[in-house]
Amino acid sequence: MTHLALDPVTRVGGQLRVELELSGGTVSDAWVSGTGYRGLERILEGRDGRDAWLMAQRICGTGGLAHAVASVRAVEHALGVTAPANARLLRNILAGTQLIAEEVAAFYQRQAWDWVDIRSALTASPSAASKLAQSLSAWPNATTSYFDSIRGRLAAIVNSDQPGPFAAMTGHPAYRLSAEANLLVAAHYFDALEWRRTVLGIETVLGGKTPHLQTLLVGGMAIATDWGGPSRPVQGEHLWDVVRNSISPLGAAGLAAVAQHLDDAKTFVEQVFLPDVLNTMLAYTDLAKVGGGIGHYLAFGEFPADSSDRPVLALPRGRVMDRDTTRLIEVGPSGVAETTAHAWYAPEAGGDDLRDPSTGVTVPRYGGPKPPFDALAGRDRYSWVKAPRYEDDPMEVGPLARLLVGYASGDAIIQAAVGNAISTLGLAQDGLFGTVGRIVARAVEATVVAGRLDGWLSDLRDNMASGEIAMADLTTWDPASWPSEAQGFALGESAQGAAGHWVTIRDGRIAAYQIVDGTTWNASPRDGDGRRGALEAALVGTSVADAGRPLELLRTIHSFDPCLSCGVH
Amino acid sequence: MGRPDGAFIAELLQRGVTRRMFMKFCAAMTATLALPATYVPRVAAAVAASPRLPVVWLRGQGCGGDGEALLRGTNPSIAELLLQFLSIDYVETLMLPSGADATASLQAALTKQRNGYLAIIEGAVPTADGGAWWTVGGRPIRDVIHDVTAGAIGTIAVGSCAFDGGLSAASGGASGAVGVSQVASGPLISLPGCPVNPWNLAATITHYLTFKELPATDAGGRPLFAYGPLVHNECERRAHFEFGEFVLDWGDEGAQKGWCLYKMGCKGPETFANCASVGFDGGLSWPVKAGVGCIGCTMPAFWDAMSPFTRRLPSPVPFFPNVTVDQVGQLAVAGIGAVAGLHAVGSFARAQRQGAARRRLARLAAGAAPAPAAEAAVPTALPGLASAPSAPEATAAPVAPERAATPEAAVAAPALPPAPDAGLAPEAAPPPAPATPPAPVVTTAEPADRPEEMLPPERPGEGD
Repeated sequence: MTHLALDPVTRVGGQLRVELELSGGTVSDAWVSGTGYRGLERILEGRDGRDAWLMAQRICGTGGLAHAVASVRAVEHALGVTAPANARLLRNILAGTQLIAEEVAAFYQRQAWDWVDIRSALTASPSAASKLAQSLSAWPNATTSYFDSIRGRLAAIVNSDQPGPFAAMTGHPAYRLSAEANLLVAAHYFDALEWRRTVLGIETVLGGKTPHLQTLLVGGMAIATDWGGPSRPVQGEHLWDVVRNSISPLGAAGLAAVAQHLDDAKTFVEQVFLPDVLNTMLAYTDLAKVGGGIGHYLAFGEFPADSSDRPVLALPRGRVMDRDTTRLIEVGPSGVAETTAHAWYAPEAGGDDLRDPSTGVTVPRYGGPKPPFDALAGRDRYSWVKAPRYEDDPMEVGPLARLLVGYASGDAIIQAAVGNAISTLGLAQDGLFGTVGRIVARAVEATVVAGRLDGWLSDLRDNMASGEIAMADLTTWDPASWPSEAQGFALGESAQGAAGHWVTIRDGRIAAYQIVDGTTWNASPRDGDGRRGALEAALVGTSVADAGRPLELLRTIHSFDPCLSCGVH
Repeated sequence: MGRPDGAFIAELLQRGVTRRMFMKFCAAMTATLALPATYVPRVAAAVAASPRLPVVWLRGQGCGGDGEALLRGTNPSIAELLLQFLSIDYVETLMLPSGADATASLQAALTKQRNGYLAIIEGAVPTADGGAWWTVGGRPIRDVIHDVTAGAIGTIAVGSCAFDGGLSAASGGASGAVGVSQVASGPLISLPGCPVNPWNLAATITHYLTFKELPATDAGGRPLFAYGPLVHNECERRAHFEFGEFVLDWGDEGAQKGWCLYKMGCKGPETFANCASVGFDGGLSWPVKAGVGCIGCTMPAFWDAMSPFTRRLPSPVPFFPNVTVDQVGQLAVAGIGAVAGLHAVGSFARAQRQGAARRRLARLAAGAAPAPAAEAAVPTALPGLASAPSAPEATAAPVAPERAATPEAAVAAPALPPAPDAGLAPEAAPPPAPATPPAPVVTTAEPADRPEEMLPPERPGEGD
C-alpha cells in the first residue's frame, strides 16, 4: 500500500490537493481536498442586495461571469423582477462566449499536456503536421512553414535552460500520439491563447473590462443603446448630434465588434477545437472506461430562451441516474442539500446534516493538522469543500453531465452533436462515461453553444430595431420598494457544472447567501454516509504505471477542469 | 547574457509580432510610464537586450483573476511579449509539473536564480490558524511568500487582494487576510485593482528592464505613473459633469447620450488610477465607457469603503468612513495640510508624480497628459494616499456591517465638491482651497449628492 499526495495540483483554479492510496499500482482510495478558503458567503452578508453580484463574480477570475449572472438572477428572483429580453440576450451572449472560452482553455491550457508529449512534438515533420492538419479541418493556419516556425519556437523554449512552465513530464509511456499530432496540439496551444484573448474582448466591449465585468444590474443590464436606439431618428425628427467621446457598446460599432467576436468564436471551435480534441482522443479510446466514477449526472441547465419562470433552455435541466440516458429525471431547487460532515466547518452550526442551501450555514473552523502537514487522508475532516447532494445522492456535473441530460431530454441539436463525436471516435453508446468522455464532451458542447451565439445577437438587434430598447426593469431598483424579507435563488451553469445561488434579503440588506458551484459537486469530500464525491470516485480503480509520475491520475483530475476558487468560495 | 537586437526581432517576427508592433508596444509603455517619447529607443533597446528575466508567480488567497487578466491583455498580446522577455519558472495555472514536481520546480527556481528573479504575487495572505486557510503543498502561502520574496530582486503584488487583503479582508471575512507587503521581505511594489490592469504590470516590468529598478511609488507602495491620476480628472465624460449632464436612471436619456455617471454612484472622484487614460484591452473600453460607474477597485479596503457601489458615498473621505468632515477640517486648520477638494488631491498626486518624473529628467508624455490644474497645493496629510502618519484615523480599519447597517440619512456631509472652475485654471494659479471651506458640517437627509446649489443646472431632455 503506497500513500501518494498530489499538492499543488497545477493547471487548475484555486488550491487542490489529492491524496491516494495505491495497492499494486491501482488506486484503492482517494481524498480530494480544497485547501484554500476565503469566506465569500459570509462577506456578502450585510451588503446592499444590488452589489451582491459584483462580489459573487469574484468567486473566480476565469469563469466568474457565470456566477455574476446567477447571483443577479437570484436577487431578481427574490425581488420578483424579470430582466427584459434584451438583457437576457446580452447575458446569454456574454456567458455563452465565456463558457466556450473556458472550455477551450480547459483543453489547451490545462489538459493537453496530460495527453500530448511536448518533446515528441519537437521531432515532428512540419510538412506531415501540415498534411494532418489539412486532413482534419479547413482552418487556414496549417502550412508547413507555420508548423516549422512553431516547432522552432517551442524548441527554443523547451530546450533552453529556461523552459519556464514547460519543464515537461516527457517520455512517459502513457503518451501515445504521433509526433505530428503532438505538434498540432502544441501549436494550437498558442493559437488558443491568442484566440481566447481576442474573443473575450467581447467582455471589454459590453462589460467595460475583463475579467470581472461591471455592467450587470439587478433588473437587467446597465449598458444603454445610443440615443433613441437604432430605430431613431424617425423621418422628420431632429437628429441627435453625437458629440460623445464614449462609444456605446450597443451602438453600431459596438455591435459590429460583438458580431465579429461571436463569428471568431464559432469558427475556432468548429475548425480547431473539436477536430483537435477528437484527433487526440482517437488515440486513447481504449481508455474510455477509465475514470467513470459515480454515474449520476446533474445539470441545472443554462441559456434561457424566454423570460418565463420555467424557460426553454439551450442546455436543458435534469438528471440522469446510473448512466441511463433513456430516462430524464426532473430537477428543482428543493432537491439540493449540502453537508459539512467532512469539511472544516463548525459542527454546532448545524451544517453537518444535509441542509437546503436556502437555510444553509457557513461557519468556518479549521480542523486539520497544523501546517506544514504531510497528510490529510483518513482524517475525519479534510477539506474546505462542502459536500452537496441531490436527493441524497452524490452527483457529477459539468459539460458531460449537461450533454447527457440534453441527450436524454431529446434535444435534437445535442443528440446530433453527440452522435457525430461518438461515431468519429468509434465509441460504443456508453463510451462517454469516463475521463475521455469528459474531455470530448467539453468540445462538443462548445460547438453546440457556439451555434447559438449569432441567433442571440440577431434577436437582440431585431428587438432594438423594433424600438424595444429597454435593457433593465427598474421597478424594484429602489430598496424602499423591497419587502422586509425576501428569498430567492437561481440555478444555472458555470463552466465547471451546475451552479446555484440562494439569497435572503432582510431590510434591504443581504441576510444570508449560499453558493453551490460545479466544482463543489465534483470535488466534494465524503458525505455523512461516507460516500465519495465525483472526483474521488472517478480516481478509484485507476491504474498508475509510475507512482512518481502519475500522469494517469492527472488526466482524470483535469478532465473535470476543477476550480477550487469556485468550489470553496 | 543579452540577446542581440536582430535575433530578438527575428524571433518576434517568426511569431507574427512585427517590429512595428514591438515598437508600438514600447512607445505605449513609455507613455504609460510618463516618460517622454525620446525614451522609446532606450526602452526598446533595453527590453530587446534583456536576458529572459526569471519570474516566480505565486497565487495567494484570491480568485486567480490577476494572472487571468494578464492572459487577456491587449494587442499585441502582453502575454506574448512578456513570454519573450520573461521566463515564468513557476506559475500554478499553466505549468506542466504538478505535485512534488511543481514544488521541486519552485525550489530549483529559488536556488538556481537566488537574488536574480522577480516575484509576482496575486491574492491575499490569510493569517488565521497559522495560515492554514490557504496552503500549497501542505505549507501556508504565508511561508511560501516569505521564502520566495527573500531571494527575489523585488516583488510585485498584483491586484487588490495582494495590496491589502482585498475581498478576503472585507468585513465578514474571518481568515485574518492581509496584503502581501505584510509578509514579504525586500523591495515591493503594489498594483491594486480588481483585477490588476495588465497594462500597468507590463509597464512596471518594462521600467525594471529599462532602469534596473522598480518605478517610483507613493507611500502605499503604488507606482505613481499608474496610481497618481484621479479617475474623475481623466474621465472622458468629465465635460458632462461640468455641464451638469448626469445619468439619473439606468438607461435614461443621459445614459443613452453617454453623460456623467456621478449620480449613479461612480467612484471616479474618489479613485486614483489611470484606467481612464489607458483603459482595458488596449484601450478598447473601461467601465465608464461601457456605461457604468467606477467602483474604486484600486483604493484601500474598497469593498467596504466604496460600497454601496451604485450610490454616492456618505463620507467625505470615503476610504476612511470614520473620518468626519470636522476632523478633516481640524487637520486643515491645524496647518497639517490644506485639503483643497478633489482637484487638489489630483494636483498632489500629479506633483508627486512629476517629482518622480523630474528625477528621470522626464515630463508627462505627450498624449497621456491630464488636464492642467493648480499645481501649488500640496497637502501633506491626505489620508487617501496613506501618507498621513499624523492622522490616527488613517490606520483604523473600516468596519462595514455596522456602517452598512447605518441608514445613510444619518451621515453627515457633502462630498468634497470639486472646484467647478479648476479644470480651466492656468498652471500657475493659486490653489483652489478657498473654493471649498474645509469644515462645514451639514446633515442632510439626502447626502448622496453634492448640495444642489453646487451643481450646475441640469439640461432638460432633448427628445421626448
